This record gives sequence, C-alpha cells and structure tokens, in this order.
Amino acid sequence: MATAPIVEIEKVSFGYDAARLVLSDVSLRIAPGSVVGIMGQSGCGKTTLLRIIAGWLRAGAGAARVLGTEVSGLDAKGIFALRRKMGMLFQFGALFTDMTVFDNVAFQMREHTDLPADLVNDLVLMKLEAVGLRGAARLMPSELSGGMARRVALARAMALDPQLMLYDEPFTGLDPISLGVIARLVRTLNDSLGQTSIVVSHDVEECFAIVDYVYFVSAGRVVAEGTPQELRRADTPFVQQFVRGETDGPIPFHYPAPAYEADLAAAAHV
Amino acid sequence: MSEPMPPAGPRHWVENLGHHITSKIWRLGFAARFFFYVLLHSGTALRRFGLTIREIYFAGVLSMIIILVSGLFVGMVLGLQGYDTLQRYGSGEALGVLVALSLVRELGPVVAGLLFASRAGSAITAEIGLMKATEQIAAMEMMAVDPIARVVAPRFWAGVISMPLLAALFSAMGIFGGYLIGVRLIGVDEGAFWSQMQASVDVRNDILNGVIKSVVFGVAVTWIAVFEGYDATPTAEGVSGATTRTVVTSSLAILALDFVLTALMFTGGNGQ
Repeated sequence: MATAPIVEIEKVSFGYDAARLVLSDVSLRIAPGSVVGIMGQSGCGKTTLLRIIAGWLRAGAGAARVLGTEVSGLDAKGIFALRRKMGMLFQFGALFTDMTVFDNVAFQMREHTDLPADLVNDLVLMKLEAVGLRGAARLMPSELSGGMARRVALARAMALDPQLMLYDEPFTGLDPISLGVIARLVRTLNDSLGQTSIVVSHDVEECFAIVDYVYFVSAGRVVAEGTPQELRRADTPFVQQFVRGETDGPIPFHYPAPAYEADLAAAAHV
Repeated sequence: MSEPMPPAGPRHWVENLGHHITSKIWRLGFAARFFFYVLLHSGTALRRFGLTIREIYFAGVLSMIIILVSGLFVGMVLGLQGYDTLQRYGSGEALGVLVALSLVRELGPVVAGLLFASRAGSAITAEIGLMKATEQIAAMEMMAVDPIARVVAPRFWAGVISMPLLAALFSAMGIFGGYLIGVRLIGVDEGAFWSQMQASVDVRNDILNGVIKSVVFGVAVTWIAVFEGYDATPTAEGVSGATTRTVVTSSLAILALDFVLTALMFTGGNGQ
C-alpha cells in the first residue's frame, strides 16, 4: 500500500464490555484513491470498525487516524468537522422520509453552506444526474424502489464532495440489476471524484469486482488481507470457506452451546 | 436450559425492586439532561423559525379539529350540568361564570393537554422513534448535523407554542358551547350570562393562571414526547412502547402538575 494513508487503524481494540471484545488488535491502512473492502460474516465486527472510523465509537485501545486526524481524541465539534469531509451510505439508504428526493440531496448544502438557491438547484440536479435519477427529483422516498432509494442516498452522501466515502452493506436486499448499478457507481464515482472508499460487505462477488484491496475480519480480528486476485488464490481455510460460501469450516455452523445430550436431558427434566 | 434458574424468594424480589427503582431514577436523570441539552441547542429552531413553524402546523394546526370539537361538547355538557345545579339555588344566570371559570382555570388546560398528548405527543414520539429506527437520525449525525438541534428542538418549541393556543381555543369553544345550551336552548338571560362572566373572570387570577398551566403542560408533554422518541429502542416494538409511554406518562404528568399548580395558584383565595 502507498504511504500517507487516508485511514490508518493501528492495533485497535473495542468492546461494549471488558469481558467481550468486538474488535481486538485490528490494524489496517487505506491508501488515497482506493476502494477497500472490509468483509466478514454478520456480527464479526466490521460495522463496528466502520463506526470507529466515522467517530461514532471510541476505540478502547490503539489509534484510529482518519484524514490525518486521531479520531479518539476529538470532541463532538471535532468529530462533526471531520464528518464534513466524509460521506456515508447506510444499509437501507436512511433517506429523510418527510422530504422529497431533491430536498434530501440538498439537505447538507442548505445546512452547511450559504449557497444561493439556484446554485443549490444546479448542484442537486448534477448529483442526481450522476446517479441517473434527475427525473425523480420531485418524488418522495416512499415512491422509490429499494435500488433507487440507495442511489438517492448515494447522491445525498456525495452532496458536498467528501474525500472519504463509507458504505455500510451497500448491496443488501437489492435485485441483480440495482446491485450492479450501485456497484458500478461506487467505483466510477470514487475514481472520477478522486475519493477514497471503504465498502463494508459480505457479498463476495460484488465486492471483489470493484475493490482494490480486501480485509477479511472474523471474530474481531483481521484474518486475511490482499487484492481480490490474491485472496481467490489464498489457501487460508477461512477465506476459502467465505469466498465459496461453505457451511462448515473454521466458522462453525453451530452457535456455541453446551453438549447436545446434556441440553436434551435438562429439557426432559423441566 | 443450561443456565441455572434465577433464585426466587424475598431477597430476589427486593433486588428486583431495587433494580427497577434505580433504573427509573437513572432514566429520569437522563431525561433531565436531555431537556437541558434541547434548551441549549435551541438556537437553530429559533433562528430558522421556519423549521418550528412547520412543526407547529403538524402538532398544533392538525390538532385543532379534535380540540375544537371536544371543547364544544365539554362546554355544552357544562351548560347542562351547571344549569341543573345552579337553578336549584336560583342562580341560573351565573351559568356563564361557572362555564368560563371551569374552562379557563381547569378544563381548558387539562383536557386540551390530555388531547394534545394523545394527538400530537404520540405523533412526535412515533416520528422521532421511526427516524431513529430507519437510521435517519444516524444519517443526520453522519452529515455533521446535530439531530437534537435540527429534529428535536423545533418539535419541542412547536409543542410549547401550540399548547397554550390550543387550550385557549378549547376554552373559547367551550364557552360558546355553554352559551348555545344555556342561552339558546335553556333560555338563560343572554345579558346576565355574558356580563356576570365579564365581571367575575379575572385576567390575572383566572386567565393568566390558566395560560401558565397550559404552558407548563405544553413543556411537560412535548419534553416527554421528544425524549421517549429519541430514547426509543429502534424496533417496531420499541417505537410502539415509547408511543404508549408518552401518552400514559404525559397524561399522569398533566394531572399531577395540575394539582400542584392549582394548589399554588388558588389556595388562600383569589388575589391573595
């Protein structure tokens, strides 16, 4: 990876309580201009990692530097200042349901800038044009399909041209066409706007198609990393299980439980 | 199950009771901090007053129908019941005073407050709770916009502004209802009805005290509503529970506060 990373996570640990760590000793570096995937099964800690990068959660140990700033040392004002350089696409879009598509995209411009209304109008239409939904500007979020809502949310997240884009499960619950559209937009917008993007996902094929580098997280640790090509060739059992979607492997099918016989015997005595 | 059964018995009950009470007190403290935080971050709501006006429409204007209709019926019932009692003592002309004082001092603020809690308070809680459940609040924070300033404070001030106006409308409509029944239907002398009311209802002791009550109820109901919404567990169950709690807690708060305020305002006689 290149030097002067946009995001640098060093030996970060995090837990909601001391007994159970969600992340332990995680390190990663994200180079400017790249699209990086953070992958792993549900509940492995990847969204927690994204929340630490966004300044939502404070790392219990270690350092999280984002856009040259140590996040854990920031107060609320500092975090808001940092977030103005970031955009985030939420899993289901999280559009404001009481506003039109246009107003959703204009939201940040109106909140953070004093741009005149006609300039806001032009900028919003440009953002919507980039995601192919200029014609939907006057619709309400309830009138959009899931894929369209995700694209509007993408236009909204990009409204002030953030340097760093965070995607939280951007492909979940989309039909193949919408999924392909979103995936292509993530890549093309990243490259054309000179951004850096972090995609948290468990969709292997879609993610591998657009990212430059992947970190695999399992049980709160980075267990493998590399380019998609390297990871396809890797013989690490975890990566193989994840990439091929096998039921059993290093990640067991069963949630930890006492012995089956003991549980059945206990139930018989209830 | 593999986990041991929880210990039953008096010690367990006491522990549970203690835990229950401590968590309630903790939550009350959290609500108090939330209240001060809302006040501190009210700059946006007051500077960009359009945001608050929009919420006044949803909380206040859309509550008008229920307030006006209820006020009319409460006033008409007061007219019937009041006349029935008063005429036994030969003072049927005092009906206007009875209707006006009951409404301005008590029924206006209290019933309008209860209706406001069910109509607007529940809507505010559900809206904020659903915004949280659908990550709209999180999205706003991610866009470096403080949701307390942008979402909560305008709704809070809209409620505080709307409530006294709704209580006033309720009282006015109630007096009109009492007039319809007393004067138009029963035949109480119209001049006596209005002039006795005018002579007996005091601006400071009756009307101002009623307005103070309705402002206090407005603060209480809207505070409870925004807090419950913001604190709701972000699930369908959590939002429905929060909405119910808003209506129950704010109704109880209105009745309890009404007793306290009445005790402070009216004991010792008018003007003392």
